[in-house]
Amino acid sequence: MSAREAIFARLKANRPAGDYPLPAVPDFAPLVGDDLVAEFAERLARMGGRVERAGSPADPFAPVRSRLAGAAVIASAVPEFTGNRDLRAAQRPQDMADVDVAIVRARFGVAETGSVLFTQDDLIVNAVAYLAQHLIVLLDPADLLTNIQAAYRRPEFGRSAYAVLHTGPSATADIEGVLIHGAQGVRSLTVLLLQRKIQAA
Amino acid sequence: MSEELQSREREGVIHPEVRARSDESERGPDGQRLQHAEAASKPIRADAPREPQPRGAKVKGNRPIDQAEAAERFLAAPLHQKAHDERLWDVRKKRDTAAHGIPEWEELREIASQIKAHTLTHLDTYLEQFEAAAKANGVHVHWAEDGAAHNRIVLDILQKHGAKSLVKSKSMLTEECGFRHFMAANGIDIIETDLGERIQQLDDEEPSHVVMPAVHKTRLDVADVFARTLGTDPDNDDAHYLAESQRETTRPLILKADAGLTGCNFAIAETGTVVTCTNEGNADLSGNVPPLQIHSIGIEKIVPKVEHLGVFIRLLSRSALGSPITQYTSHFRGPRPGTEMHMVLVDNGRSERLGMEEFWTSLKCIRCGACMNTCPVYRRSGGLSYGATYSGPIGLIIDPTFNKRKYSTLPFSSTMNGSCTNVCPVKINIHEQIFAWRKVLAEEHQIPLLKQGMMKAAGAVLSRPAAYRAAIGAADSALRVLPRFAVYNPANTWGKKREMPHAPRQSFHAWYRQNRMNKDGQS
Repeated sequence: MSAREAIFARLKANRPAGDYPLPAVPDFAPLVGDDLVAEFAERLARMGGRVERAGSPADPFAPVRSRLAGAAVIASAVPEFTGNRDLRAAQRPQDMADVDVAIVRARFGVAETGSVLFTQDDLIVNAVAYLAQHLIVLLDPADLLTNIQAAYRRPEFGRSAYAVLHTGPSATADIEGVLIHGAQGVRSLTVLLLQRKIQAA
Repeated sequence: MSEELQSREREGVIHPEVRARSDESERGPDGQRLQHAEAASKPIRADAPREPQPRGAKVKGNRPIDQAEAAERFLAAPLHQKAHDERLWDVRKKRDTAAHGIPEWEELREIASQIKAHTLTHLDTYLEQFEAAAKANGVHVHWAEDGAAHNRIVLDILQKHGAKSLVKSKSMLTEECGFRHFMAANGIDIIETDLGERIQQLDDEEPSHVVMPAVHKTRLDVADVFARTLGTDPDNDDAHYLAESQRETTRPLILKADAGLTGCNFAIAETGTVVTCTNEGNADLSGNVPPLQIHSIGIEKIVPKVEHLGVFIRLLSRSALGSPITQYTSHFRGPRPGTEMHMVLVDNGRSERLGMEEFWTSLKCIRCGACMNTCPVYRRSGGLSYGATYSGPIGLIIDPTFNKRKYSTLPFSSTMNGSCTNVCPVKINIHEQIFAWRKVLAEEHQIPLLKQGMMKAAGAVLSRPAAYRAAIGAADSALRVLPRFAVYNPANTWGKKREMPHAPRQSFHAWYRQNRMNKDGQS
């Protein structure tokens, strides 16, 4: 008997008696007010991230200018900004090891937690969102959802090879509870509220 | 007591002397002190001078673990014990604050418990569904009957790819399997990438907590381990310096690793997805950087649909750390172009446990650690004192399923206060199962003589479930009915440093009925 058959045989033989129906999950009222942008910004700040409104149409990146000016290697996955490390030309994820700042666009944000979602299509190279020192995330305020329940109704989870919710930067407090940003991944995460030019497919 | 210590006592601190001279935690844009992830809500720092770290239980083959002996040594290290107690109680309080912020919290717990009960009683169907979805996604699916089989399967995958090094994120399942030791013996270099887990690996120690593997160590201990293994300055115990040293030394190993492995928090049957929840982003590095990707999955991790994550993700980090969500919630469904993704589904005793009438619901556990943080025994004895993969209340009811003799004493390391059951996000009746294990072990003569004496003395109450339930029903605690020496017995070392809380003469429910309800039972 294969391991698979043996496991299934035991599962069938040991099935607990009784009827355990799958419960319906009610729609819980979102725990956020109507101003989703303000709620999102407040929740994300508490998780160690920050939110900036885009600058003027001529210079939308003005609020993150100092971060960008200090970066030698910038990898951009968005048409709004041209970096100097081509994600599409990357041969291997390791090519992103020296990226200082990565700029990516989120599919959506979640107001209740301050989270943003990326899929492999948004990141182009998944690893860049972790190997970069800092992450700048473009988010269209129209893409804000109320809560996690709403997020899990989105189709991305059923069709993406990789989908990830980021809620602030990489963090640890494994040493005496002292909170430190930049445990293994990005040291900072800044969301720049900037409308999409092209609607996502 | 100084005024400063008194003011800390007023903050609800258990050990006011455990305090930091400065606050090094990260702050937000407007200067507010941040306390997401596993951060403490206030600075907690074990006092200098250096105190040798108490080590865990002495494991001697198959012989029963002497948890009390290890607890005794933990209590004999007051700097460690107080910092540990304070730190975990702080996390427990953060959990309460987070839970109270959600009006539907109790309903979520009930739904989560029901989803788990349904899935576990239909596990064959959902595992088949998961396997079919994963295969359709281009994933290689493997089945392992036990830990040894898991290790052999992973080794085989690595050897086929000529892989010599593997980076991994934290996984209790791989701890269960003895994965690191097996791979070391087979010439594979395993690198833990979670800071806490890496500290433990470098110190050649098991994790002491399911969420915070090195929570029993002070910064001085970490400085000592890193000075020895990473060549850091032994006199520099700054937490930022230590964390950065680990980042800088682990990063090159991640970049050149031949393979990456993660555990699994939830496996979604309908989509074949593996979900991991981390604060450091190390599961995403392990899964996205090396050219070969492996996910180890306990078969009980299945949930039917994506929408059910909307329940579990809301409960997990709030229960674990009091944080609304982990920094990263990652959904691995298919391989990156040009790479292979493998999923290993591991039984290792789970299908047998499913057939244990009193204990199968322990399979609902989502490994949040809330029961450990709230447990007075765990907080005063440290996770390593249990000498098992799983420590604390959940360990007491899971460990004996792996080895009844070796872990026969563990179900006695409990005050039966029931707090574990009250905080469990999937409503496992942990303290009742602890009691049920005592009965099973007594009937099967697995109990050492000393504990047998306690059992006899505790008499009718401890040996008859109905009497026991009546007792806790009346007092919300078994404390009032246990003879004093059974609680403060030398075998229960953890009882030494504290008087047991005075159990209320009247339970809350009885009080409520008497005072707050009118005669027809309406409140």
